[in-house]
Amino acid sequence: MSTDLNILVGGEAGQGVQSVGSVLARAMMRGGYEVFADQDFESRIRGGNSFTRVRISSDPVQSPLEKADMVVALNAETIDLHLSEIRGGGIIIYDGEKTGSKPDKGVLTLDIPIEKIAEEKAGSLRMTNTVASAAALGLLDYDLEILIGVLREEYGRHGDKVVEGNIKAAKAGYEFAQQHRPKDYTERLKAGKSSGKMLISGNEAVALGALAAGCRFVAGYPMTPSTPILEYLADKGREFRVLVIQAEDEISAINMAVGAGFTGARSMVATSGGGFCLMVEGLSLAGMTETPVVIVLGQRAGPSTGLPTRTEQGELLFALHAGHGEFPRFIAAPANAEEAFWLTVKAFNMAEKYQSPAIILTDHEMADSYYTVTPFDLDAVVIERGDLLTDKEANKAGEYKRYAYTKSGISPRAFPGQGKALVVADSDEHSEAGHIIEDAETRRLMVEKRMRKHEGLQKEVGEPAFHHREKAKFNLIGWGSSRGAIEEAACLLEANGVSACVIHFNELWPFPAEVLVKNLAGVAKNIVIESNATGQLGRLIRTETSIKMDGHIARYDGRPLSAEYIVEHFEREVA
Amino acid sequence: MPAKQKEKVTIDDYSPASESAWCPGCGNFGILRSVDKALVGLQLAPHEVLMVSGIGQAAKLPHYTRANVFNGLHGRPLPAALAAKMVNTDLVVIAESGDGDAYGEGGNHFLHTVNRNPNLTYLVHNNQVYGLTKGQASPTTDLGFTTKMNPDGAWVAMHPLAVAVACDCSFIARGFAGDIEHLADLIAQGVKHKGFALIEILQPCVSFNKKNTYDWYRERVYKLEDEKGYDPGDRAAAFQKALEWGDKIPTGVIYRNERETFDEYVGVAGQSPVMKEKLDPKSITGLLKDFI
Repeated sequence: MSTDLNILVGGEAGQGVQSVGSVLARAMMRGGYEVFADQDFESRIRGGNSFTRVRISSDPVQSPLEKADMVVALNAETIDLHLSEIRGGGIIIYDGEKTGSKPDKGVLTLDIPIEKIAEEKAGSLRMTNTVASAAALGLLDYDLEILIGVLREEYGRHGDKVVEGNIKAAKAGYEFAQQHRPKDYTERLKAGKSSGKMLISGNEAVALGALAAGCRFVAGYPMTPSTPILEYLADKGREFRVLVIQAEDEISAINMAVGAGFTGARSMVATSGGGFCLMVEGLSLAGMTETPVVIVLGQRAGPSTGLPTRTEQGELLFALHAGHGEFPRFIAAPANAEEAFWLTVKAFNMAEKYQSPAIILTDHEMADSYYTVTPFDLDAVVIERGDLLTDKEANKAGEYKRYAYTKSGISPRAFPGQGKALVVADSDEHSEAGHIIEDAETRRLMVEKRMRKHEGLQKEVGEPAFHHREKAKFNLIGWGSSRGAIEEAACLLEANGVSACVIHFNELWPFPAEVLVKNLAGVAKNIVIESNATGQLGRLIRTETSIKMDGHIARYDGRPLSAEYIVEHFEREVA
Repeated sequence: MPAKQKEKVTIDDYSPASESAWCPGCGNFGILRSVDKALVGLQLAPHEVLMVSGIGQAAKLPHYTRANVFNGLHGRPLPAALAAKMVNTDLVVIAESGDGDAYGEGGNHFLHTVNRNPNLTYLVHNNQVYGLTKGQASPTTDLGFTTKMNPDGAWVAMHPLAVAVACDCSFIARGFAGDIEHLADLIAQGVKHKGFALIEILQPCVSFNKKNTYDWYRERVYKLEDEKGYDPGDRAAAFQKALEWGDKIPTGVIYRNERETFDEYVGVAGQSPVMKEKLDPKSITGLLKDFI
């Protein structure tokens, strides 16, 4: 029988909501399940209310569910906020001594003295999280040994005493839940063999992609949701000779990355919309100086500071149009952690091959969510550094033309200090040798040379994914992180007798217009589904193909798209 | 094995091909000659040097000599220069700026680069006016100096060298574009200095600054070397000298304090350049296990 179980853990920021979620997710993955876990938190250090959802499935799963099968309430507010979201037959776990009276809606409950157990059995209030996770697993009759294994890893670095305390806490919580399980609670979860998959967030996958691609320089100014990329690389980078600099601001970060790229390092910045605003001048600099640089643009709800810890897909057209003047660029928007890894590798290759900036559009939902992923096949990672001068060529003292006119628009690149040839790069319009010019003819030739690189990039850009259904009435079209939700919505609609295709873009510029036009031919209505108010992908498709979308499902409340949301709005607004 | 005899570097190695866009009589010509002279004096070949500049008349200097060049954005030479140096510590990196570039648009980078102390030399051409945009006030324009954009007169000038002393900049000097010998010597000292060397250069703007002319400076500048007992290691004395402006303007080395450089601190000093390093995706195999 197929499993699809959604556990929501809620509490105040600082209470350990994420750590409960992370332990549960890992324990489930170890038992052979597919997991998707996402985070909802406020922009504050302590207090407020946050939650993490762990969706456990026997089939691959890449999007959140709005209804929960189990709620683990670490505070009273979680009960108020999420009680109505519990599905029939579902259960809420809470610590009555902390949260007050019993939730009186028709749901099953388990009142467990989490804090008391932690203090009495494990000797520390710090173990409450473990008691809570174990209680959840106890209710499900899941394999306790798997949880213990996860706890050993989680707390191993804190020493044996902490590990043993957590194990005691886990056993106590697990037993309490088993002994006090409401007799009407029938949900059970059997652990199977580990699938050997990885549990990894979108941000971690980007960071690993950068390391695999040979990134050697990273600069950034911390900003949600991209900070974890910088932190991961700062932690692991040293071992792989990656220099990570916390810059004074994003302007500095992008100029550093361009300086490093010019000098021969694969370089990257990671930021979000507000930071990217500051980087835009530097983006143009990369375009004009033809310097490779990779930019991770983690979208969050804007404009301005917006909802700093929440999600949106509001920056597609910004990423596409950012920068003064015209220059080629590559834009990718991974759907999940697996694509985040591979598209990061590709972004580095495109940046160097075409000596142009490459932008990876993530968003809070993808970046901060955890996915089960088959371990990345590092043998399949190909590094393409593009057209580089050999040391012998670079040592010829004659005039080196950094911007030599070529048929592809790509001028063979040398690095300063590589040889006697001097490398001259300029943000002003320049001659083939890199010196400032003002004449019309050189300007025209240089513009054309740069734009020829766009034609090359056009051939490299991946096609959108088409999931066909025979005689579909609708095309559900989306991009980036929402793919899981859109695909799932298509299945739900199918069950309701509505046949729909899914078309998903994870590479958006140069825009794969030709293949889209070919596949849109037919009678199906085109519905674009995006986490923004203005239908940015719909506008892009219309600009590039002259095809007007027939409908638009938008979500812009800062919460991620889900299959339930899409189906509800489809039935209300489209069908 | 004996090291290969290095070819002697002469001033001809630095003669450029391109024509200058500076006004006749511009202070930049003196600075250009001083830079070339300093590099020849240090026997540095053009390919060993990377000049990074921003935007403005000062920032065009790298085009009129010979070196590797990254001519980037207004106010932003320092971040690019710092990164280039970190990626290839073999390069002698010289950043080139005007007063607007360095202290206006680039003020934040100035503070933080001084603080980090990378092994760079920073030449700031200070003509106390925005030349490229035709004569507006700059952060160092004297109080009351009127321009089309500042009809009430410029507001209080900042003292960048005092700011640099406050940030414990490891080498601070001031030169005068009208004294090439002295300036070339300061630039050479700056390049040799291990750490961030700020060299501010008093530079007459013959088109837009009719106050701070060659004569105005000549009447006022004096050399700290000639001042008996001046110790550039004395930070309090340096702070006083950095604030001295008006009837007497000090030139020479104002402050020197060798401290750990950013390249040393982050562990890249002495490493080979990363430009052609073999990149191996499989090197991260071990990291994947953390996620399983």
